[in-house]
Amino acid sequence: MSDMESAPAAPAKIPGMDEKLLEERARETTSTKREVLFDVDTLNVAYGGVPALKDVSLEIYKNYVTAFIGPSGCGKSTFIRCFNRMNDLIPTASVEGTILYHGTDLYGNEVDPVEVRKRIGMVFQKPNPFPKSIYDNVAFGPRVLGWKKDLGDRVERALRHAALWDEVKNRLKASAYSLSGGQQQRLCIARCLAVEPDVLLMDEPASALDPISTTAIEDLMHDLKREYTIVIVTHNMQQAARVADMTAFFSVEVDEERDIRTGILVEYDQTPTIFTNPTDKRTEDYVTGRFG
Amino acid sequence: MSVSPNVLGSRSTGDRVRGTAFYIVLLVSVTIGFLLLGVLLVDVVRKGIGYVDFTLLNEPNSSDPQRAGAGPAIRGTIYMMVLLLVMVVPIGVGTALYLEEYANRERWYNRLLEINIQNLAAVPSIVYGILGLAFLVRGIGLGRVLLAGALILTLLVLPTVIVASREAIRAVPDSIRQGAYALGATQWQVVWRQVLPAAIPGIATGSILALARAIGETAPLLLVGALTFVAVNPTILGSFTALPIQIYQWVGRPQEEFRLLAAAGIIVLLAILLTMNAFAIWLRNRYQRRW
Repeated sequence: MSDMESAPAAPAKIPGMDEKLLEERARETTSTKREVLFDVDTLNVAYGGVPALKDVSLEIYKNYVTAFIGPSGCGKSTFIRCFNRMNDLIPTASVEGTILYHGTDLYGNEVDPVEVRKRIGMVFQKPNPFPKSIYDNVAFGPRVLGWKKDLGDRVERALRHAALWDEVKNRLKASAYSLSGGQQQRLCIARCLAVEPDVLLMDEPASALDPISTTAIEDLMHDLKREYTIVIVTHNMQQAARVADMTAFFSVEVDEERDIRTGILVEYDQTPTIFTNPTDKRTEDYVTGRFG
Repeated sequence: MSVSPNVLGSRSTGDRVRGTAFYIVLLVSVTIGFLLLGVLLVDVVRKGIGYVDFTLLNEPNSSDPQRAGAGPAIRGTIYMMVLLLVMVVPIGVGTALYLEEYANRERWYNRLLEINIQNLAAVPSIVYGILGLAFLVRGIGLGRVLLAGALILTLLVLPTVIVASREAIRAVPDSIRQGAYALGATQWQVVWRQVLPAAIPGIATGSILALARAIGETAPLLLVGALTFVAVNPTILGSFTALPIQIYQWVGRPQEEFRLLAAAGIIVLLAILLTMNAFAIWLRNRYQRRW
């Protein structure tokens, strides 16, 4: 393997990780002033009384890309779904603790989850276009919110934003299923952008896509973070290193006696720190590939 | 490096014989089914085809087989099917939507409801007929009218429509609901704009097949008083008859001609049934979705 031959004397923590990219990331994150968008305090999530996520506290910053990484079953998907209250759709799920968003607790009594989801959009692991035309997919969000004015312009703007417009402008009436997987995922991103959210939550948005489509989605994230705050769950550490400013590493705590696996937050820091100079041994084992 | 011939040797003779024997059993089953159906069809068509004419389709029944027709019966059947459709689809789809999208399965009353619906689908139709007689005709004094017949058939096929609609609604992938919720849609918007449109082909197919079952029902209609000698066109609140009842009555007559007339009636009924089933299949293929 050519990678092995050209490896420097002091090997990078992650094989194939681009050191320059990490340095650049570090400069970017320290030079801008952080503004807290989400303040998560001792968040606990349980499904049917069984804890799935324990005592998570962290802050998510405005216009940053924040990545959640960790092994399967560490609760990172559960966690990201707390930000737009998607866990409310699971009858047995219970969420304790607070997530302050612009100072308001998302789980406060007076908060309507429908309003939350309007502000905080979500892209799922598998592209999930609606069984409708490309146009109707993007127009769905504005329509349910009653934004009838300039719908065509809004749809075009969203598609341009998601870097999909040029590929679909001549067939907006075609079924969304006629698109490729990568295009479908960008359509789902466009669908989110059409309702003008503050935040984009992405739950492994590229895990079902080929490398070229993955690159397209990653480039898109880079462009979008100027206007949006992005939170991404990913299995792919290189991807986290490429796109994220901040990275949170989650791990699993196993209770052998009761056979319960609970997710915990191990370490949360700037992406370069997590990947090159982690404080916690578990993080280091994970990012260097000794575990997970 | 030679492969021993045993590696790719043949299976034991016992396995082969069992395989062939099973295949033959399957063929015999298929043949018996098709043959019986074929013989019945040929017999009915041979006897009845000469009587399928304008008189049969239009004229009322008569004691003279040459002038007897099934006009009021056919129209009664059509009226009943329209009424049935108008009643059964909203109630059935509504119930299915409630059970699939709204009901909390932890609650005992929802589970009870579910078990009840499954059991109702297995209740013999004559029992519905008795219920209709006791409750609709006598109890609330509706009388022996077409509406009573339509109501009883509605009850009869309601469980089928509910079950078919639930299947169609359940086949809509959860990812679509989640996608819609994530855009800030309310439950009403998710159900009304995503789930229901996606489920409509399945619901329509199920409803048509339920209708096809109702159209051939005789027993419950006999009990709610579908008369066999109705000379006038049916009205919703008037006395009525239906095609299966008419056939049943003709078969019971001593004269040979009436039996041939019954065969002709069966052809008409079969034609309506096949048309409905074909439409259901066409609908299913036309709107088949892949997710």
